[in-house]
Amino acid sequence: MTFTLFQSIWSIVVMITFLGIVVWAFSSKRKSAFDEAARLPFEDDQLTDNNKPSAE
Amino acid sequence: MTSTETYNYKVVRQFSIMTIVWGLVGMSVGVLIAAQLAWPVLNFDIPWLTFSRLRPLHTNAVIFAFGGCALFATSYYVVQHTCHVKLAFPALAAFTFWGWQAVILLAAITLPLGITSSKEYAELEWPIDILITLVWVSYALVFFATIVKRRIPHIYVANWFFGAFIITVAVLHLFNSAALPVSFWKSYSAYAGVQDAMVQWWYGHNAVGFFLTAGFLGIMYYFVPKQAGRPVYSYRLSVVHFWALVFTYIWAGPHHLHYTALPDWAQSLGMIMSLILLAPSWGGMINGIMTLSGAWHKLRTDPVLRLLIVSISFYGMSTFEGPMMSIKTVNALSHYTDWTIGHVHSGALGWVALVSMGAMYYLIPRLFGRELYSLKLVEVHFWTATIGIVLYIASMWVAGIMQGLMWRAVNADGTLTYSFVESVQAMHPYYIVRTLGGAFFLLGAVVMAYNLWRSISDAKPIEVAIPEPASVH
Repeated sequence: MTFTLFQSIWSIVVMITFLGIVVWAFSSKRKSAFDEAARLPFEDDQLTDNNKPSAE
Repeated sequence: MTSTETYNYKVVRQFSIMTIVWGLVGMSVGVLIAAQLAWPVLNFDIPWLTFSRLRPLHTNAVIFAFGGCALFATSYYVVQHTCHVKLAFPALAAFTFWGWQAVILLAAITLPLGITSSKEYAELEWPIDILITLVWVSYALVFFATIVKRRIPHIYVANWFFGAFIITVAVLHLFNSAALPVSFWKSYSAYAGVQDAMVQWWYGHNAVGFFLTAGFLGIMYYFVPKQAGRPVYSYRLSVVHFWALVFTYIWAGPHHLHYTALPDWAQSLGMIMSLILLAPSWGGMINGIMTLSGAWHKLRTDPVLRLLIVSISFYGMSTFEGPMMSIKTVNALSHYTDWTIGHVHSGALGWVALVSMGAMYYLIPRLFGRELYSLKLVEVHFWTATIGIVLYIASMWVAGIMQGLMWRAVNADGTLTYSFVESVQAMHPYYIVRTLGGAFFLLGAVVMAYNLWRSISDAKPIEVAIPEPASVH
């Protein structure tokens, strides 16, 4: 395998990996899990913490 | 319901306080050397105070002392609060604090003495490099061991950014600092010629990409939602732009070596990857700013939030400017001029410093169980800092473009229109404006230090209990 061929295949592999991440991240199945993850910083309402997530 | 176990706030408090201290030191040195460029007499003919020795002291102090302490403090705070566990290896965490302060003190001694490896942003000599390695490996152990013992199944996105920053900086430091010591305070790089330059700027640009960007994006992804009181705009976007940023940044280094002995293909690769970087950078910028979508009114009443949002705006601006400057034809004009200095400071003052200061306004009062002393003073800080940044970067744009045009101007017979010293002379008014801008920014930092001091001066350190997970998985 020539180096150029290796580079070409590698570029495609990386491209597909990235597209895979995009599809995974935006799949509707993941939506509720990501919504839950986004609320993670607000799960420990401590005594000193005045910033609760607003209800809007 | 809460357990009796408490978070490790001690090391966070130590790093937070030193963030403020080193910020004031590093920015003061910056103002001094800016003044030296306008009025060279200010080096007082003392070798230790010359620009050549204080400039690396300034960059090391603001990047690694101020920025570094901010990253240690925030990453230790965020990883505990989003994993609901106490920091792992408390003794090792304490070592990272004292070790890092030792590195900073050694830098403050060796650099004015002229002891330097002469690699930009990696000037410290090999014994200090070894200490940095020990501290950094300890940091990685503490951070990742905390993640491993987390009680929340999901690893929050801020921790991904902090993790990428810790791993990449370890790799960069090890490779770029490889050197052959010839004495205790002198070593030579393991690489020669253009390879050395390439390794240096692979390191240098990724220091920007992972130390000054990924780490501070970690800060953004926790403190902006907390201060705004609402979750990040799009968690999905944060996942995609994380991977895109990590894949792309590592290739951008060659744009520092346009029109040098570096092979043309490597220069073009660096340029293309830098242009691609605009997308993940703006993904993060949009995600941070749009977190306020539907709550823009909070900017009117909350100056800390305004500081954070303006910092993200500067992030957006400098990550637009950077790719433009990496285009070879633009770079032909901008390279080696003060435009680069302006670009760096739009990122360093506008983004890195402001987002750190916003995080410190959030963090420091909470670590002592207090409220912020004065929102009015945050307002004062916000405006002095913003005016300072605008004076700084606007004067450097004009100065840089003027330099570039003067250097390339040729007469009809092919001779240069201007001598180099004429371009130096033309810079004088802009260097004064730049000094003024830096002084404004420093003044804002002093106001912040006073405000935070008043917030906590009579407070006792507090312990905060770790909440039990809501549901057991």
